[in-house]
Amino acid sequence: MPETLVFYLLAGLAIGASALVIGQRNPMYSVMLLIASFGALAGLYIQLEAPFVAVAQIIIYAGAIMVLFLFVVMLLNAPQEDAAEWDRLHPLRQPGIARFGAMLGLLLVVQLAWALIRAAEIGAPVGSRSDAAAVSSVREVGRVLFTDYMFAFEATSILILVAMVGAVVLARREDAGEAEGEER
Amino acid sequence: MFDSTFDAVVPLLCVILAALAAMGAEAFRARGERMPIGGLGIVGLAGAGVSSVLLWNRNAASFGVILADNFGLFVTLVLVVVGVLTIMFSSQVVRRDALPAGEYYALVLFAIAGMIMMATANDLLVIFLALEILSVAVYVLTGIRRDDQRATEAAFKYFLLGAFSSAFFLYGIAFTYGVAGSTRLDRVGAYLAAQSMSDSPLILMALALLLVGFAFKISAVPFHMWTPDAYEGAPAIVTGFMSTGVKAAAFAAFARVFLSAFEPFSADWAPIVWIIAALTMILGTVVGVAQSNLKRMLAYSSIAHGGYLLVGLVAANEVGKAAILFYLLAYAVTNLAAFGVIALLGSRDRGNDELRDYAGLWHTRPALAALMTVCLLSLGGLPPTVGFIGKWYIFSAAVSAGYYGLAIIGVLTSVVSVFFYLRVVVMMYMAEREVAAAMPPRVTGVSMAALAFAIFVIVYLGVMPTQVLDLASASIATIF
Repeated sequence: MPETLVFYLLAGLAIGASALVIGQRNPMYSVMLLIASFGALAGLYIQLEAPFVAVAQIIIYAGAIMVLFLFVVMLLNAPQEDAAEWDRLHPLRQPGIARFGAMLGLLLVVQLAWALIRAAEIGAPVGSRSDAAAVSSVREVGRVLFTDYMFAFEATSILILVAMVGAVVLARREDAGEAEGEER
Repeated sequence: MFDSTFDAVVPLLCVILAALAAMGAEAFRARGERMPIGGLGIVGLAGAGVSSVLLWNRNAASFGVILADNFGLFVTLVLVVVGVLTIMFSSQVVRRDALPAGEYYALVLFAIAGMIMMATANDLLVIFLALEILSVAVYVLTGIRRDDQRATEAAFKYFLLGAFSSAFFLYGIAFTYGVAGSTRLDRVGAYLAAQSMSDSPLILMALALLLVGFAFKISAVPFHMWTPDAYEGAPAIVTGFMSTGVKAAAFAAFARVFLSAFEPFSADWAPIVWIIAALTMILGTVVGVAQSNLKRMLAYSSIAHGGYLLVGLVAANEVGKAAILFYLLAYAVTNLAAFGVIALLGSRDRGNDELRDYAGLWHTRPALAALMTVCLLSLGGLPPTVGFIGKWYIFSAAVSAGYYGLAIIGVLTSVVSVFFYLRVVVMMYMAEREVAAAMPPRVTGVSMAALAFAIFVIVYLGVMPTQVLDLASASIATIF
């Protein structure tokens, strides 16, 4: 039972935080709430015995990608926007776009419902922990990464190195005091 | 020495180590100290060249994903030549434009490492990683002159569209993996051969997406839009580097994927590539005629040359496959030399790459004008240059495979293209020099040596192509 309790707690947190993300006027709060939502999702992955996905979720989404988001939000100085102006210009308040978004949301709900009903009909194991553990255990991922995909793994490190060198070259301040502000 | 599992990556490691050494040299350089960083790169590339020659005929494989067969090694050698020439031309450009030497050479070497990896990879995942390594390095090289607005714009456009095409390519890999259960080309090929009769929509989807990804990288029509802007905006020597190196590497991977793994489906992709090849040749030539900027003109010319290479891919018979490799070498040396001349004629503030800047070059820099003439004649495919032999084999392959239409389009576009190459030649010899035009800058010995070497290759292979051609057909025979 405690497992079920934890599940509903995490699920509630994820849904609640996600709902609040789109309801915030201050984008900074939205970003923070999104991190909370990602954290709750990571908890759900652990419950599904997919620890690797959970850790990746934290490191990549809550870590790297959200830091990027935060940077953009801070660079744009969005919190200083006038509230009334924000309301008027907010893309979600524009009726056409809002309707389109609502339609997409509805479509997703229908799709999910249809998938679940179909799965029940053909007797697919919904929510069972069949071989999920074998596929996504940290140990198994590590083993494959350092055997079958070893070369790709090493090549990725070169790729990251090149990207770092490139970023430094493009973003570095020139000695001569040239204009800066590159887009990458 | 050559018996371990690491054999096949030795050429690759040489280049990567040289790149790391270049970075290290820059990091530990005292302020104002001059370091022969370009020389370091040449040493690394020489190592790659020597090890490729030693690996010849050994069919070494490392980790199951890097395959140093003769096909890969031939392209590796072409890339080594491209790298050495680029570095030799760059020595003057880097000093003139005050580019950050360590980072510049490191990026060039990393790009070459990515190209070599791409040419020898036997796994779609590794091809993708190699593609990204070389692309990221080339994006940065395009925009390395941060004081130049055009270069920054070119880099940004190239980056955005390149990222987009990478996504296509990645989707193609994902679908292939979903269908075949592996990203290794040999396994994918074995799986597809077993069911070549069933036209699974997923396989065709994978095929189409991979095709788009490759077509973008070799700038085939209709995925060529980025090419003129990126080629015109980038520093001339970088343009030369990416129009030859990137194209050679992408074409090697393209040929390997489509002629080995997806060979069973050639009836499906050959007609599409036929159309792409025809469009690429026609558009590259017709639009090229209208250009007044030499870099932009050569950009369209390189699009057209990509079309000729695709003809060899469509023909896909013995002659065609060997012709692809030979043409890659011919095109790489010729085009790089042409862009080298453009780079050497530029100054820090002015690219000097408009057609009228070449008026009367014969009177001020006769040697450069003569060398440029040889390059342009070779690009146009006139004897006795290597460009003629390359085109000859491509078109004869198309004819012997029954693709008369492609051969006719190829010959006609070649004839038209001669017009715009000759226009530059006429400009250099006949036109009067503008009175206000500044004297073109002096050319250093290193750059001149590189040019002389390129011209030697162009003429030598134009007169005596058999040796290299035999080598090319021998190397293609090992895999397909």
